[in-house]
Amino acid sequence: MDIFGIPIQALMGQLLIGLINGSFYAILSLGLAIIFGLLNIINFSHGALYMMGAFGAWIGLTYLGINYWVALVAVPVVVGIFGMIIERTMLKHLYRLDHLYGLLLTFGLALIIEGLFRYRFGISGESYPVPELLSGGFNLGFMFLPKYRAWVIAVSLVVCFGSWYIIERTKLGSYLRAGTENPQLLQAFGINVPLMITLTYGFGVALAAFAGVLAAPVFQVNPVMGSNLIIVVFAVVVIGGMGSIMGSIVTGLGLGLVEGLTRVFYPEASAVVIFVIMGIVLLLRPAGLFGRER
Amino acid sequence: MKGKNIGWIVLLVLGLIAPFLVYPVLVMKILCFSLFACAFNLLLGYTGLLSFGHAAFLGWAGYTCGYAMKELGLSPELGLLAGTAAAAALGFVFGSLAIRRSGIYFAMVTLALAQLMYFLALQFPFTGGEDGLQGVPRGRLFGLVDLADTMNMYYFVLAVFLGGFWVIDRAIHSPFGQVMKAIRENEPRAISLGYDVDRYKLLAFVLSAALSGLAGATKTLVFQLASLTDVHWHMSGEIVLMTLLGGMGTVFGPIVGATVVVGLQNYGAELGQWVNVLTGVIFVICVLAFRRGIVGELAALIRRSGIRM
Repeated sequence: MDIFGIPIQALMGQLLIGLINGSFYAILSLGLAIIFGLLNIINFSHGALYMMGAFGAWIGLTYLGINYWVALVAVPVVVGIFGMIIERTMLKHLYRLDHLYGLLLTFGLALIIEGLFRYRFGISGESYPVPELLSGGFNLGFMFLPKYRAWVIAVSLVVCFGSWYIIERTKLGSYLRAGTENPQLLQAFGINVPLMITLTYGFGVALAAFAGVLAAPVFQVNPVMGSNLIIVVFAVVVIGGMGSIMGSIVTGLGLGLVEGLTRVFYPEASAVVIFVIMGIVLLLRPAGLFGRER
Repeated sequence: MKGKNIGWIVLLVLGLIAPFLVYPVLVMKILCFSLFACAFNLLLGYTGLLSFGHAAFLGWAGYTCGYAMKELGLSPELGLLAGTAAAAALGFVFGSLAIRRSGIYFAMVTLALAQLMYFLALQFPFTGGEDGLQGVPRGRLFGLVDLADTMNMYYFVLAVFLGGFWVIDRAIHSPFGQVMKAIRENEPRAISLGYDVDRYKLLAFVLSAALSGLAGATKTLVFQLASLTDVHWHMSGEIVLMTLLGGMGTVFGPIVGATVVVGLQNYGAELGQWVNVLTGVIFVICVLAFRRGIVGELAALIRRSGIRM
């Protein structure tokens, strides 16, 4: 069976990879949007923290015998705490300054983290086995669906929509939204805003690390996996705009699919298609698809 | 004004004697990066726009210059011109898109566009992909001066640098420069005073890109090589670091920053992987405790001690 001369097997395979990439774009841009909302900082080290998540899972398995399922919970917690330490010791001092300093500081942190991992692990990359429970796959007749990939997509959707629900529909989320609008007023109502900022940063970072653990069995675990991804995620954020949580999720998934389709029909352009879309969106809708301009 | 004249004289004297004290190729590298950093500072330090994509201008000017000289057989002055023009054109495209967003988005847009140009450099056949464009001939300047001679090359690079630096200095101290500073300090106010802010931003962006291109083309001439390193985002970060470390928004700061960083990379080559870590550490220290940069701090120190310059 062919669609536009492309075997459906190949088409579906690429769409699946696209959807997986899209899930990572969605989780990472969601984290960036949450952090930006409250801290007014674009977290350049997001990619490095994602990489730390993947390495955390690998180190846990190789040296400590921690299995995938434990890592899925433990690694984001550990990396999240690491993030909170960064926030308490460094980012905290930048809130009254121009936003650009936050970008520069986290860029420096990304270089440090990446450099340390490169020094320790080289750049060749390590592979992480798919957990036993999720190895193998389903034969859907028209394509073969590896179980692990299905799991990544499902759990990413749950995490994304779970985050959306917490932020948009719960009391805790209402504090977060209030803090995004007007932190001084929220503080006056007796909410501990500095603590909330720390926890928010920790949560955003934990999301990145969670994506890293999910990614470990799919991609090679290597120190530069994050920096290559984060630039694409920045383009995703520019396209979607950071004003809306749902916008980040939808844009991330959608662009992953578009990238997958491009890989089928015009593979040479697959690395650049998201940047080209960004250019077009900037021309037609400068504030982004879901953005409110300042 | 007097302090600035002293700065110019020191720069000129240092530039003339440096090749006798230090390995000339290293000084040429420093000069190229100084020009690049000064061009970048025009945008970050004076207009307040953080571009995270300046590597694209450096690298693509290098490719253009290298291609023009190696494959088309153009003379060095035309090669430089071609590189500069290519960077200016690219700067116009980047600038037109990026100024549609401000602040943090501006940085992300420029970074993403530069990454696009990186992938294009990787895929286009004429750039040589992973190998880069090697063995670019230096040629004869105006058909007279043989640039294969290191000293000839050095003084030509010095002349290019001083020319570029003079243009930047003039731009900063012109009415155009005053408008740029007004945009940096208070954009809504500049708009309400009737300035077409977007046009000024675009002009500053194109000027900065063109001069970055001049630096990149000159660098290709010096090393006879145009490679992916110069279009990679690491390079965009490095130029931010040089400017920040030297002192953004100061005339001479970027030169100091470029000298320190290039020197560090040169003498710290045995550090290997640690260079990246060290770069990151300097970034963090600069942002947390040293935001005025070396020249900015010195100027503040001099002001405090009451010495009149």
